[in-house]
Amino acid sequence: MSALLTVKDLRVQFPTRTGVVDAVRGVSFTLGRERLGIVGESGSGKSQTGRAIMGLTPHHAKITADTLNFDGMDLLDISAKERRSLRGNRIAMILQDPKYSLNPVMSIGRQIVETLRTHEKVSKAEARKRALDMLAAVQIRDPERVFNLHPHEVSGGMGQRAMIAMMLVTGPELLIADEPTSALDVTVQLDVLRILDNLVRDRGMGLIFISHDLRLVSSFCDRVIVMYAGRIVEEIAAVDLKNAKHPYTRGLMNCMPQIGTDRHPLPVLDRKPEWAA
Amino acid sequence: MNNLQVAALSVENLEVKYDRFRALRGVSLDVQQGESFGLVGESGSGKSTLLRAVAGLAPVTGGAITVNGKTLGSSRTKAFYREVQMVFQDPYGSLHPRQTVDRLLLEPLVVHGFADIEKRILRALDEVGLGSSFRFRYSHQLSGGQRQRVAIARALILEPSILLLDEPTSALDASVQAEVLNLLEQIRRDRKLTFLMVSHDLAVVTHMCDRLMVMQNGAEVERLSATDLARHVVKEDYTRNLLLASEGFVRPEASI
Amino acid sequence: MSEIAKPISRREWLMSDRPQSRMQARLGRAYLIWSRFASNRLAVIGLGIIFALVLVALFAPLLAPHSPVAGDLRNARLLPPGGDYWLGTDDQGRDILSRLIYGSRLTLYVVVLVAIIAAPIGLLVGTIAGYAGGWVDAILMRLTDIFLAFPKLILALALVAALGPGIENAVIAIAVTSWPPYARIARAETLTVRNSDYIAAVQLMGASPMRIVLRHIMPLCLSSLIVRVTLDMAGIILVAAGLGFLGLGAQPPLPEWGAMIASGRRFIMDQWWVAAAPGFAILIVSLGFNLLGDGLRDALDPRGNNQ
Repeated sequence: MSALLTVKDLRVQFPTRTGVVDAVRGVSFTLGRERLGIVGESGSGKSQTGRAIMGLTPHHAKITADTLNFDGMDLLDISAKERRSLRGNRIAMILQDPKYSLNPVMSIGRQIVETLRTHEKVSKAEARKRALDMLAAVQIRDPERVFNLHPHEVSGGMGQRAMIAMMLVTGPELLIADEPTSALDVTVQLDVLRILDNLVRDRGMGLIFISHDLRLVSSFCDRVIVMYAGRIVEEIAAVDLKNAKHPYTRGLMNCMPQIGTDRHPLPVLDRKPEWAA
Repeated sequence: MNNLQVAALSVENLEVKYDRFRALRGVSLDVQQGESFGLVGESGSGKSTLLRAVAGLAPVTGGAITVNGKTLGSSRTKAFYREVQMVFQDPYGSLHPRQTVDRLLLEPLVVHGFADIEKRILRALDEVGLGSSFRFRYSHQLSGGQRQRVAIARALILEPSILLLDEPTSALDASVQAEVLNLLEQIRRDRKLTFLMVSHDLAVVTHMCDRLMVMQNGAEVERLSATDLARHVVKEDYTRNLLLASEGFVRPEASI
Repeated sequence: MSEIAKPISRREWLMSDRPQSRMQARLGRAYLIWSRFASNRLAVIGLGIIFALVLVALFAPLLAPHSPVAGDLRNARLLPPGGDYWLGTDDQGRDILSRLIYGSRLTLYVVVLVAIIAAPIGLLVGTIAGYAGGWVDAILMRLTDIFLAFPKLILALALVAALGPGIENAVIAIAVTSWPPYARIARAETLTVRNSDYIAAVQLMGASPMRIVLRHIMPLCLSSLIVRVTLDMAGIILVAAGLGFLGLGAQPPLPEWGAMIASGRRFIMDQWWVAAAPGFAILIVSLGFNLLGDGLRDALDPRGNNQ
């Protein structure tokens, strides 16, 4: 089987003044060219899992894994330089708020061109053309205009599209999206997801979609990993989520208010200590 | 609706302008005593501005706000704040970073000259399910849900009759959101409070409110009851889109 | 609960996430700041220097081997360091070490008085201007701009010239010239918090503007102000020394460090120690305040709390 990414027993530890914090405690999964959702509440370790794969964990943290294999390469073994050239080229990441991930003093177009030219030897004209194509591919109606705009001059949805364009312009094989739509309005959220969906399908990428929103993830991804306290409590096909076995997954599904059902009070999650064990 | 009763809160043709930007363009609404009214919309719809205008935190340039039959002037009196209190969206930003829970709850009591301070603080903590062990913690020693409970306790300690809720759960995890929503509902029942609640989440608003207003670009789109919304009886396309979007992602079938 | 039965260490009590009393909460916070401060070695050195300065000033009569004002003109003029006079003597035959030791009192006196006068003025002006906004802000800030428009030393010189030379007048002059930067800092801090939800929440309690400024905004500005004042201490010492050097600060025979340098200037080529010793003292103490200020900035910085 041709797994794009194999993760076995991934652990991330942060030393702090009061002792070691285990953010991720033995996470294992494989990813093919599919849409995988990682769901969990704040502090579940879902973002740290994504960051560890991307190589964006802060320096003082300790990462260990039996296997962290991307397309035949052991990510923990290769040099920092190889890692850098991988990042943004074959593995890309989209973060929650485009405001923090785009450079505020550089025009959107130039940022995309820069990204492209750090990873590939292409002429300026060629890079510009590909950047414009990419902006068009994320359904920006007037790519020429947006190319010259600065991040503060565009709306949140537009900024996130520009971010996606920047991340996908090098044609990565693995895309990690960490809450890519949480800062957006619901209607815009769906537009962005639709764009992501098309790109993933057309380019045959593997996608890791990290989110706290179980409803959104279950409707968007093929497979869902549910994390709790740094561990995977359940891995399940998105269509089967309604029949989830683990009480935590079921609790998460149930505690959200739904239009058309009248449940007062809402069922709350009764956290069992053995879930974290 | 019965008109004999004085509306708890009524807003008429309210206009708010930030510099040159018209954040609210003549919005009107009535909230009855004991009712829970929701405001829904996307960012920039003016829903939070409306709430802040009622609380006296936004520059009102036109229209009138009436609370329990009394029309408000440009400045708010102490008596007004004993009637109307607010819970903010971000539990990380609404608690003073250098004050303990005790200080936070003490302040309103001192400002309004209450006598039985000790008893009231303990009762307020108890009411939001925190207990006295939380009394001397700083806000950074609390989780998001606990912070929001403290914010609710602070709003309730002056025993207001109207509570303004500005996305009280949007920054919280789903399971914590359920707990806080349940708490708010229980408090409303126990104290016969009137709620004016803002949210971008249609499901939360229909869960909490009897009636709601959909807003866009600082103006009303439509007003409807929660039951109508649940049955998808909506007049405007914008509302229908919101409703559709809140149901999650739908993959265009044709292309698969 | 069984927690009471278990004996807990003092550290655990201080670091507790669930303080049982106002006192414990406050001490816990202080301990947190202290432990952050103490982990910075340079800052601790700075604190040590300042602590030593205070001790020297306190026990000056016990520490000084000779009189700081009466010299032995006949036998001990401009003696090099060594023997009976560890740091040598000046042109009046006075022991330089003793003068330095007594001079630390003057230095502390100036620094502390200036801080006590200037910091509260700056804090009050800045927070009121920042919170009130509008014309209040405009008037108060233009006022600070006027003070900022002149170089500090020039303005202090003018003031001392008007008030007459002397150490008290030097303190007043330095204080009057050093509050404007504090007002600027306090105003900037105030602007960042005045629109925050927690200030809005206090407004919704019906608290008066004065109460909001004094009880809710000022404590937030305090830490950056403390840092800035500590870092400024070095500058204050230098201005005081500068005034002393120009003969407008402490008057002879007071052993003020700046005045000592001024009097040593005449022999700087042949008897370098007369000017070098007080210069070195100024350097060490300024360094101490700078290190302390840097350490305080790291320890008090509220952004560090959020991690």
